[in-house]
Amino acid sequence: MKLHLKIWRQKDASTKGQMVDYTLDGVESDMSFLEMLDILNEELISKGEEPIEFDHDCREGICGTCSLQINGRPHGPDTMITVCQLHMRSFNDGDEIVIEPWRAKAFPVIKDLIVDRSAFDRIQQAGGYISVNTSGRPVDANTIPIKKHIADTAMDAATCIGCGACVAACKNASAMLFTSAKVSQFALLPQGQVEAPERVQNMVRQMDLEGFGNCTNTGACEIECPKGISLENIARMNREYLSATVKG
Amino acid sequence: MSGLIKSSIARKVVMALSGLFLVTFLVLHVTINLASVISPEFFNEASHFMGYNPLVQYLMQPILIAGVIVHFVMGFVLELQNRAARDINYSKFKGSANSSWVSRNMIYSGLVILAFLGLHFYDFWIHEMTYKYIEMNPEDPTRYYAETVEKFAPFWRTVIYVVSFVLLSLHLWHGFASSFQSMGVNNKYTPTIKTFTKIFAVVVPLAFAFIALYHHLNPITH
Amino acid sequence: MGILDSKEPQGPLANKWTQHKNEIDLVNPANKRNIDIIIVGTGLAGGSAAATLAELGYNVKTFCYQDSPRRAHSIAAQGGVNAAKNYQGDGDSVYRLFYDTVKGGDYRSRESNVYRLAEVSSNIIDQCVAQGVPFAREYGGLLDNRSFGGVLVSRTFYAKGQTGQQLLLGAYGAMNRQIQRGKIKSYTRHEMLDLVLVEGKARGIIARDLVSGEIERHSAHAVVLATGGYGNLFFLSTYAMGANVMAAWRAHRRGAFFANPCFTQIHPTCIPVSGEHQSKLTLMSESLRNDGRIWVPKRKEDAIAIREGKLKPVQLSEEERDYYLERRYPAFGNLVPRDVASRAAKERCDAGFGVNKTGEAVFLDFASAIMRYGKEKALTSGMKEPDDNTIRELGEKIVEAKYGNLFQMYEKIVDANPYKTPMMIYPAVHYTMGGLWVDYNLQTTIPGCYAAGEANFSDHGANRLGASALMQGLADGYFVLPYTIGDYLSDDIRTGAIPTDSPEFDAAEKDVRDRMEKLMSGTGIHSVDYYHKKLGKIMWNKCGMSRNEKELKEAIKEIAELRKDFWENVKIPGSPDSKNQELEKAGRVADFLELGELFAKDALERNESCGGHFREEYQTPEGEALRDDENFKFVSAWEYMGEPSAAKLHKENLVYENIKLKTRSYK
Repeated sequence: MKLHLKIWRQKDASTKGQMVDYTLDGVESDMSFLEMLDILNEELISKGEEPIEFDHDCREGICGTCSLQINGRPHGPDTMITVCQLHMRSFNDGDEIVIEPWRAKAFPVIKDLIVDRSAFDRIQQAGGYISVNTSGRPVDANTIPIKKHIADTAMDAATCIGCGACVAACKNASAMLFTSAKVSQFALLPQGQVEAPERVQNMVRQMDLEGFGNCTNTGACEIECPKGISLENIARMNREYLSATVKG
Repeated sequence: MSGLIKSSIARKVVMALSGLFLVTFLVLHVTINLASVISPEFFNEASHFMGYNPLVQYLMQPILIAGVIVHFVMGFVLELQNRAARDINYSKFKGSANSSWVSRNMIYSGLVILAFLGLHFYDFWIHEMTYKYIEMNPEDPTRYYAETVEKFAPFWRTVIYVVSFVLLSLHLWHGFASSFQSMGVNNKYTPTIKTFTKIFAVVVPLAFAFIALYHHLNPITH
Repeated sequence: MGILDSKEPQGPLANKWTQHKNEIDLVNPANKRNIDIIIVGTGLAGGSAAATLAELGYNVKTFCYQDSPRRAHSIAAQGGVNAAKNYQGDGDSVYRLFYDTVKGGDYRSRESNVYRLAEVSSNIIDQCVAQGVPFAREYGGLLDNRSFGGVLVSRTFYAKGQTGQQLLLGAYGAMNRQIQRGKIKSYTRHEMLDLVLVEGKARGIIARDLVSGEIERHSAHAVVLATGGYGNLFFLSTYAMGANVMAAWRAHRRGAFFANPCFTQIHPTCIPVSGEHQSKLTLMSESLRNDGRIWVPKRKEDAIAIREGKLKPVQLSEEERDYYLERRYPAFGNLVPRDVASRAAKERCDAGFGVNKTGEAVFLDFASAIMRYGKEKALTSGMKEPDDNTIRELGEKIVEAKYGNLFQMYEKIVDANPYKTPMMIYPAVHYTMGGLWVDYNLQTTIPGCYAAGEANFSDHGANRLGASALMQGLADGYFVLPYTIGDYLSDDIRTGAIPTDSPEFDAAEKDVRDRMEKLMSGTGIHSVDYYHKKLGKIMWNKCGMSRNEKELKEAIKEIAELRKDFWENVKIPGSPDSKNQELEKAGRVADFLELGELFAKDALERNESCGGHFREEYQTPEGEALRDDENFKFVSAWEYMGEPSAAKLHKENLVYENIKLKTRSYK
């Protein structure tokens, strides 16, 4: 098939970018979306142009590196997948495809379609862990039984891959779903409850400092999350935060 | 506690609490208004009570006004922050794929309601204040019904009111249930809350609109 | 022992590690504050080592090419992590885990290392639970286990099909805690380009900031390489796109021996290649082989008809199908180890029975499992004479509960419904057992340069068992390296900070700059990927699942020629002074082009078949691997001597005092 691509090109963080049109022929339906871009890049290189830079690594939907806004949606038109799992059979011959980087003040563009998501790392550094020494000798793993549905719910929150689709999808570029996934995971588990009040306050403080927007509960993040992280996590974080703040 | 108002979550809770407060006020308001359709006498009594009871006048009224102000000021603050959080916009953004129009446009439904409140205050509140405290007119427990019906005589005012009630409906459609989520309530009752929200968001504005239309269509003939 | 001293402690196997820990030197907490450690790679091994060393008090710098430590490819491990906890009371023990690992590795690993791995394994689980890793649990609230290929006990802990992700995020969390404390400085989007030696000791690295293109010098008292495996040598693999051998290879060029490069694991159940455009292969978990039956058509005409789309697999009757694993290995059937299953698939496809359009795929069929589960369910729910459709529906639900996410992934990629038509699978490169040679302390042959996790060669011999990679990465990082590195660093308490303006750093940086300049000066027309794909084809066809002398020799020649062509002609657009993904790729492929040749040379030297290394000349009449313990019971450790062809072989003889060597048989 033949595609008309509109792709954001930007030399570096300090240069202004713009949308550039490309036409690509010979795309097959069993190619992945990123393989389609690979082919475009090979064409550009052979013409002596600079290829389009985009983030990607595992190409199996788990590392969370790939991050493209495709036709106005994070990770493209399909749900519950990342861009690297999106295949060209979701498109038709002659389609126009608009490809942009995640847009958020907290995610500045580094080059072309690559953004800097280190804000996410800093939110995690503010408290996304349980303060136990790794070199210590903790108690036996089975000392504290945990109800299966609690462990499963914690796991569902923990599946977040940190891709940033929630921020990209949110009209406010809010990072609530991302932050709440980690807060929830540890708030649910007995091991994490010990320092839950400090954790939620520290992580929310950092989240706000990074310049993400607020949550309007539109639910866009939940729909676009490739791992299906639930809005319940945001409610849980709100609860945790309120109780931590009120109790001081 | 000082951090409470600075954090994004706390601000959302302020929105939720003030919103819910305004919702309870709406219930009271619509109940009394409905009386104007059923029993002008009861409507007059209730209005008079509200207008001259010191508790209502000097405690509830300021709280209500504060509630409105807090809700819209906080709404603006959040909106400004949210806009700043995305400094460069997408050239293509397909919000309809993952969220409802009303949830994405609370600021617009809210602004229309705010503008409407301006008119509404002018129509009733300013009128009341002038009547009671500036012109120092004597108490008249029978005037309210006629005054109200008269307000809806002009076609343009009725249209503005009805349109505003539609926007109110949209605002409530998202806002009511959303306020529970903001306060951390998302559990087995959530589906019930959502269903109730939808009924509420339709029934209450519909009742308001009905009252406005009713009085427009049934003027008092002297 | 010669040049290779494994430094294995003496004494009985079970006491070695404890005794060693008691005897090695330690660094006191105050002095640790004066010692810097560089860790390259932030996966399970690097991340856990960084967190632990920082917690102990050392100043740690971590480097990763990804935009966050959380994205290291350990994240993609699906199945689980082994530990000899014996929670199931099924007779598991440290010895049994040790034994299974050595046997599974076809007796090509070091006893003492593997025993230590088994010994610390249960500590990993305790540690991870304390960190909040949400392992799967039973209704009683205790941890659940599943069983994995090639063993007789249930010792695999798991978190859905995302165990690697959860363990990595645990290590990432532990790192974050130390970053917040200021004890770790994390350099992301940075790539190590060279190792710097001062007076024969590893004292720093040259790294490139991948965003600004700046070349940076970083010094430390020790350097830990935890940079994973080199499977991307094959171009197509289940590795992440950026996974590379650069750090390990740079260290090799500076004097670290490279061990057993030809030991590669080829995983039998991956989604087949769909065309020339393919960039990456996706693994379907080994657990699928518990219920799926692998087959190809019995008649070649049927295979051709299926390939051309004229025949559907479901139209073939049982008699027209060849369940070749069940036929060849009646005892283990579809559950033979990975290397055996992979070779058998290749054998059928090479014989012309492949079932996809490229002829390189076999079926993995769940139809009989669906019917079996469906019948069971119908019985237990008290249905009387249910029809086939009802049974199928019930069975599909059970299969969905077990493998739903994998089936969904398959459907997304292939666009075929695996509940209705058999999956197509083919083997793909998945893990490399070879890597930098290390002694018992995980130190390479360069003093002060350590290698951990998949980057070293140590624990898996010639074939790795499922769920053991995660175990090894975390064991190295959390429980081994933090002790053993102290022994070396105890000599450095008075050294002080290592300056970066020394002639050694100058020289290393110049090398790096010259090399980059040379890469950028290519005058040809082909991109980096062109060369990488060519290399991959040579590797896959001639150094892949089965190897022979003739083809290995051809491979050596072809790779050397390709390398020459690459250095003269590779076309890299853009500039080296900014973000440049093509330049990044080029540096990595340049190293693969050297390693590839050494790989082939190693495979050529090893005149036996063992584990993942199958030499066609050394097989039984039935086509099974023929190991030669008399002549090849050693680790090949290659010393860099200029060109890969000149590499010098050193042998570390493997001594088995606690295990009797046997021929693996799965018949």
